[in-house]
Amino acid sequence: MAGRTLTVDQVMKAQARARVRRASGPGDAIFKLLAHAAGGFVLLLLGAIIVLLFMGGLPAFRAAGPGFLISPAWNPVTERFGALISVYGTVVSSVLALILAVPLAFGVAYFLTELATPRLRQPIGTAVELLAAVPSIIYGMWGFFALAPWLSAHVEPLLANTLGRLPVVGVVFAAAPGNASLFTAAVVLSIMVLPFIAATMRDVFLTVPSIFKESAFGLGCTTWEVMRNVVLPYTRTSVVGGIMLGLGRALGETMAVTFVIGNTNRISPSVFAPGNTIASLVALEFTEADQGSLHLSALMALGFILFVISFVVLAISRLLLKQGAPT
Amino acid sequence: MSAALSPVRDPAMGMRLRRRRNRWNGMASVLASVATVVALGALAWILITLIVLGLPGLKPMIFITVTKAPGSGGGLSNAIVGSLIQTALGTAVGTPIGLMVGTYLSEYAGDSGLGNAVRFVSDILLSAPSILIGLFIFSVLVAPFGGFSGFAGAMALAVIVIPIVVRTTEDMLRLVPVTLREAAIALGAPRWRTIVFVCYRAARDGILTGVLLAVARIAGETAPLLFTSLGNSGYGGLGGAMASLPVTIYQYAASAFDDWVQLAWTGALLITLGVLTINILARLIVRRR
Repeated sequence: MAGRTLTVDQVMKAQARARVRRASGPGDAIFKLLAHAAGGFVLLLLGAIIVLLFMGGLPAFRAAGPGFLISPAWNPVTERFGALISVYGTVVSSVLALILAVPLAFGVAYFLTELATPRLRQPIGTAVELLAAVPSIIYGMWGFFALAPWLSAHVEPLLANTLGRLPVVGVVFAAAPGNASLFTAAVVLSIMVLPFIAATMRDVFLTVPSIFKESAFGLGCTTWEVMRNVVLPYTRTSVVGGIMLGLGRALGETMAVTFVIGNTNRISPSVFAPGNTIASLVALEFTEADQGSLHLSALMALGFILFVISFVVLAISRLLLKQGAPT
Repeated sequence: MSAALSPVRDPAMGMRLRRRRNRWNGMASVLASVATVVALGALAWILITLIVLGLPGLKPMIFITVTKAPGSGGGLSNAIVGSLIQTALGTAVGTPIGLMVGTYLSEYAGDSGLGNAVRFVSDILLSAPSILIGLFIFSVLVAPFGGFSGFAGAMALAVIVIPIVVRTTEDMLRLVPVTLREAAIALGAPRWRTIVFVCYRAARDGILTGVLLAVARIAGETAPLLFTSLGNSGYGGLGGAMASLPVTIYQYAASAFDDWVQLAWTGALLITLGVLTINILARLIVRRR
């Protein structure tokens, strides 16, 4: 993707058009101001998002006190609100999604960088990137109408009859009725974040100097041993950064989750039971809540909490990716 | 690796070791291939589902009829028009801002504290949950002005466009060779003319790719429109509630009426084809060189 090289002739032509006046005039100052103003605008934008979400949520924070964070209540009729259940659903569905997506993404990146022939590399790489382009709502419909029935007919009974029989951890995999569940949401999320994690891993794997890999191959290492002992240690920081980027994406995913999670305000030990997430709860209830009501404020407060969680995760991701980048 | 380095005196043990290492290697290759097949399979499954369920409803009528009550033969024209208008306006507002921010980062900011702060914030916005952008625009443009509007929807989309354009603009401008800038400056061009007439021109394809990717992204966005443009059973306008394809799909997919669900699938097929086409187009532009 190197910048297109212009010939001197083209530069001259551009210059001839540009050279209305040789002296720089006020143009430079104005352009510089515009550029700085645009930069400042982005900072202002993020600041405004944080402040407005917090202000919107303030009445709910005031009404419930610090207990808002740990209260499982969510009742628009009695106006009792708490964040515990939706935060739990958000974190559990996203972490489950990562447990499924990380091995898959690593496999895809390994395949693309070490195994695929150059002819295969580009079409498969593009196809995986296209997974990231499919709109969230399409994942929701596919998840609801195609994936969820299949999961609950085949995968859920299988897991419930094997892992579900184990002592203690068995309750996590206890069978539950219905197609919608945290597990279904996690599977859909895992497919959605897979391309982001795989693309980051592929890009950082390609930054490993080939001399390192060639040395290891020269010592007689197999492809897997080179990946395990040379590539992964070299790129560890960025790989974790890529995984955090996937986590940040999963936490705030809205439409797809709303379709498949069941939207029930309850914490169940089983991952096959329905639940909700901050994003799905806000999407479902926001337009029903009256202007100025405590309900609306509580939804804003949830939005603020989601923003803080995603901000922290994305900030860590960025720091790791920056730290891991070759200098 | 230590296994490969340690001297092996017993040839039988050496053979066993080599077989074991080859087995591990083979297993890794098989598992990685399976992972790739799973990822590609998911994409294929999604596309096949869309085609099988969406194609039967793809009739010319849906492009010229507005959404109607169930059973009365409605179409999607208002949703399609609404989506086009909001996407176009969102792109038109977000692109110049993103372009200027990208220019600032590449040409003026360098490694300064402010520049790094803008870079950091822009990257956070790039991955921030889009539903929160919807909440933000709701509290800025909907609640104070007493109503949902297509304009608010377009502004929510513009906020999503900005960081995408920033990222590609900065990356592409950084690839413009220094010699090119030096040549322009040596010819006496002021800095801003160098940037606009030389750097932008050299980075044009890359910047265009960023804009196309932004269009593809916002065309399918649903969450930020739920609380801003809301949806409308007629055409509506930018000043009032306005329909959009993703929101209509969302409302119809979960309904109990067969013809609405059919329209949702057809809309889903249209939007996915559109978004994927723009994505492939954007990639071709970059590859053309």
